[in-house]
Amino acid sequence: MSPTTPRATPGAGALEVQDLVVRYDTGSRQAVQAVDGVTLDVARGETLALLGPSGCGKSSLLRAVAGLEPVASGRVAWGGDDLDGVPVHRRGFGLMFQDGQLFPHRTVAGNVAYGLRSRGGSGGDGPAGGGRVSRAERDGRVAELLELVGLAGYGDRAVATLSGGERQRVALARALAPRPRLLLLDEPLSALDRGLRERLAADVRAVLHATGTTAVFVTHDQDEAFTVADRVAVMGGGRLLRVATPEALWREPGSREVASFLGYQAFWPADDGLLAVGPDGLRVVAPGARPTPDGVWPGTVAEVVFRGGTARATVDLDGPAGLQRVVAVDPAGAATLGADVRVTLDRDLCTVVPDPERAPGLPARAAADGRG
Amino acid sequence: MRSAPRVALWGVAVVVPLAFLGVFFAWPVATLVGKGFVVDGHVDLSGFADVFSAARTWRIVGLTLLQATLGTAVSVLLGVPGAYVLFRCRWRGRGLARAVVTVPFVLPTVVVGVAFRSLLVDGGPLGFLHLDGTFAAIVLALVFFNYTVVVRTVGGLWERLDPRAEQAARALGASPWRAFRTVTLPALGPAIASAASIVFLFCATAFGVVLVLGGIQYGTIETEIWIQTTQFLDLRTASVLSVVQLVVVSAVLVVAGRARSRRERALSLASDRPVDDRRLRLWHRAADGTRSPWGGDLVPALVTALVVVVLLLVPLVNLVVRSLRVDGAWSLASYRALGTVGDRGALSVTVWEAAGNSLRTASVAAAIAVVVGGLVALVVSRRPRRRLGRRAVGALDAVFMLPLGVSAVTVGFGFLVTLDRPLGIPIDLRTSGALVPIAQAVVAIPLVVRSVLPVLRAIDPRLREAASTLGAAPGRVLRTVDAPLAARSLGLAIGFAFAASLGEFGATSFLARPDAPTLPVAIFTLIGRPGAGNYGMALAASCVLAALTAAVMLLAEQLRGERQGGEL
Repeated sequence: MSPTTPRATPGAGALEVQDLVVRYDTGSRQAVQAVDGVTLDVARGETLALLGPSGCGKSSLLRAVAGLEPVASGRVAWGGDDLDGVPVHRRGFGLMFQDGQLFPHRTVAGNVAYGLRSRGGSGGDGPAGGGRVSRAERDGRVAELLELVGLAGYGDRAVATLSGGERQRVALARALAPRPRLLLLDEPLSALDRGLRERLAADVRAVLHATGTTAVFVTHDQDEAFTVADRVAVMGGGRLLRVATPEALWREPGSREVASFLGYQAFWPADDGLLAVGPDGLRVVAPGARPTPDGVWPGTVAEVVFRGGTARATVDLDGPAGLQRVVAVDPAGAATLGADVRVTLDRDLCTVVPDPERAPGLPARAAADGRG
Repeated sequence: MRSAPRVALWGVAVVVPLAFLGVFFAWPVATLVGKGFVVDGHVDLSGFADVFSAARTWRIVGLTLLQATLGTAVSVLLGVPGAYVLFRCRWRGRGLARAVVTVPFVLPTVVVGVAFRSLLVDGGPLGFLHLDGTFAAIVLALVFFNYTVVVRTVGGLWERLDPRAEQAARALGASPWRAFRTVTLPALGPAIASAASIVFLFCATAFGVVLVLGGIQYGTIETEIWIQTTQFLDLRTASVLSVVQLVVVSAVLVVAGRARSRRERALSLASDRPVDDRRLRLWHRAADGTRSPWGGDLVPALVTALVVVVLLLVPLVNLVVRSLRVDGAWSLASYRALGTVGDRGALSVTVWEAAGNSLRTASVAAAIAVVVGGLVALVVSRRPRRRLGRRAVGALDAVFMLPLGVSAVTVGFGFLVTLDRPLGIPIDLRTSGALVPIAQAVVAIPLVVRSVLPVLRAIDPRLREAASTLGAAPGRVLRTVDAPLAARSLGLAIGFAFAASLGEFGATSFLARPDAPTLPVAIFTLIGRPGAGNYGMALAASCVLAALTAAVMLLAEQLRGERQGGEL
């Protein structure tokens, strides 16, 4: 979680998406509405993460922006120019896939150079770059990018010899080589194991910043989204639920749906809505220690796991919403299996979201427009 | 519109094959069917009544089905163990064995007929079995041909099948046999079904082999069409039989199509490169150190060794040996005689001239087949976004697959009855000799499509999308993504098309002009003429044709590189 001020300001929008609808023709009579009226914009140089569970329409939105998916209604524009009818290869948008999709018959350098030759070859009508790239320029750019992604000297390798992480680095270099005006990343790190994913997420952020690339980064992993992005857009069921900086999003999820996706574990009635209890918002009270003034409830320990240096107890809690299973941090190691414990609330690690039952019609959509 | 030239190009890609197959496949076949139904301008089904009331017809139909069923059953029973030994196990000499197994499939049918005949004939090495001219001999020859199809189709899936499912079953306590029966065999099911339906098709439409081996006693619908046309000049009966043949073939094709689509789904479950194959272990070593043949690879290995040596190698070696024996002594006389027209002028040209004709027509036929078949594969491999487009491609797929079941005889016969005035133009194509390569191309096109299409379909569409987002226009995507990835299969397709055209006999036998026979036609003529000299020449010419075909296929396999197995 790096606190970053939102850089998107009205007027500086580079990518504008308005009321976008994407439908999938499933062959049967019903079409599936994958993206259901999304409005969004991304400023130049900004990285926006599209976060959501699988099947929420985030990849469809990305593919529609790239021009790979037909738009049923709505508008995609860049710098005010409507992109309707502009084919994929003339948009100047790079795309990086989950599994890289490197060309198996080309070397690493051949892959990275693909877009460079292309731009030159297409008669300079490409939106970025322009003009023919000379061989020396091309080789220089390939070397520069391989250096940037930490694969200097890999140019002559066959792509089949690369590891999963190396492939994704090459895919990133390939997508960046033609200096796309917008880089779209479709779950680029999801196929990698956890440690590598965390390392690469930081690298991707560094590379995007170093190159000043405007990017939209699709992921279902909130840590990844928070690491890479300046702003995070949460999607669910084809709709945009909330757009905010990582910090603001965490502080004010805006709706119960977004909060539970972010990991808020319980929702308890409060004066001004629902109290969303954060993943670390509950704590087992050690014997002799004092609970916080925010409340204390009795419970029985059902399980204890030790992870990341802290014990966490799964507790069947007799809380404000009745008997409920929750997870409480246990810094003192007080909980043992089957023991009766007291659990207290840490209000600083909780937030309040509107209660849809008390204020019907208000929450999700109104809160979705939570930019700046 | 920006995409106008693109639409035009795709239009050409669709129209060229459609027009070609329309003129040279649909029209002749439709005319043929019409001849069975229509007499003097009105519908008359008495032809059907006449043909179906003849006991001979039912005998022929029964023989065709029986022979196809037996040929398929034996091929599958022998082929599945072969697929295991040749594609799943690792042992020294496997590459050579695979090559030996591939040879029969590309051998011209006439050569196979001659090879089996020379083996089984009285006085031949296996003459004491008295199989010459029997039904068993025909079935054996059919198995000889189609063993490869089963081995390669099933083996292609087997070598890529994830072994962990079987390992999981073993870890759950299943014996090797039970794990095979309950896990591996069901996974192979679609490939086996696909292979069986293709083999059935090949057996049911077998022509050259049956004509050479069956004599007058045994035949298929195919040979009967030929006999009715060329011997009895009864075009009406031949037309009716062609309709029957089309019905049989279409029914098999429907089954084959279902099996194929299931197999393509099954293939998607397998990894895209061969998994680590295991060493061939003949004996099963129990925990107490005792060795037992059950559970080891001994049984499939023995079956495969027997098939490869007895069924595949013996006829081929015998053919070569017999071609080198004249009057009980080693001699090259039969080969020297290839420069002559045979005893008592059996042929109108020398065998070498016939070989030249074959090479020339096969080159033209392969070129046509690769262009047309390549376009078909390209168009059918597309996955348009709109439903209308998808439907159109689906329809084209079905239309283009029709010639897959074309029997060569139907094509040849169809040309004969239609192309005297093609499209009303008064040029009798039949005397020009131009029809031979065209007919051969029609027969070879399905082979090209089936070699190239799976490769094009296997290209992840996102690979093309990646190229597009890097700024590549559709033409460049085609050139830099599809073309290089499909190039190897195209090499193989050229080889297949060339080899198939070189050995093509069914259609060519109708169309080749008497003064310009191809090599298979010359061989068939030679074995039909009396005289030991002519027979020796037929054997020598068969060896030459086999060598030519094998050389072409060897070259094609080189182009194919390390990719093994797969669909034939």
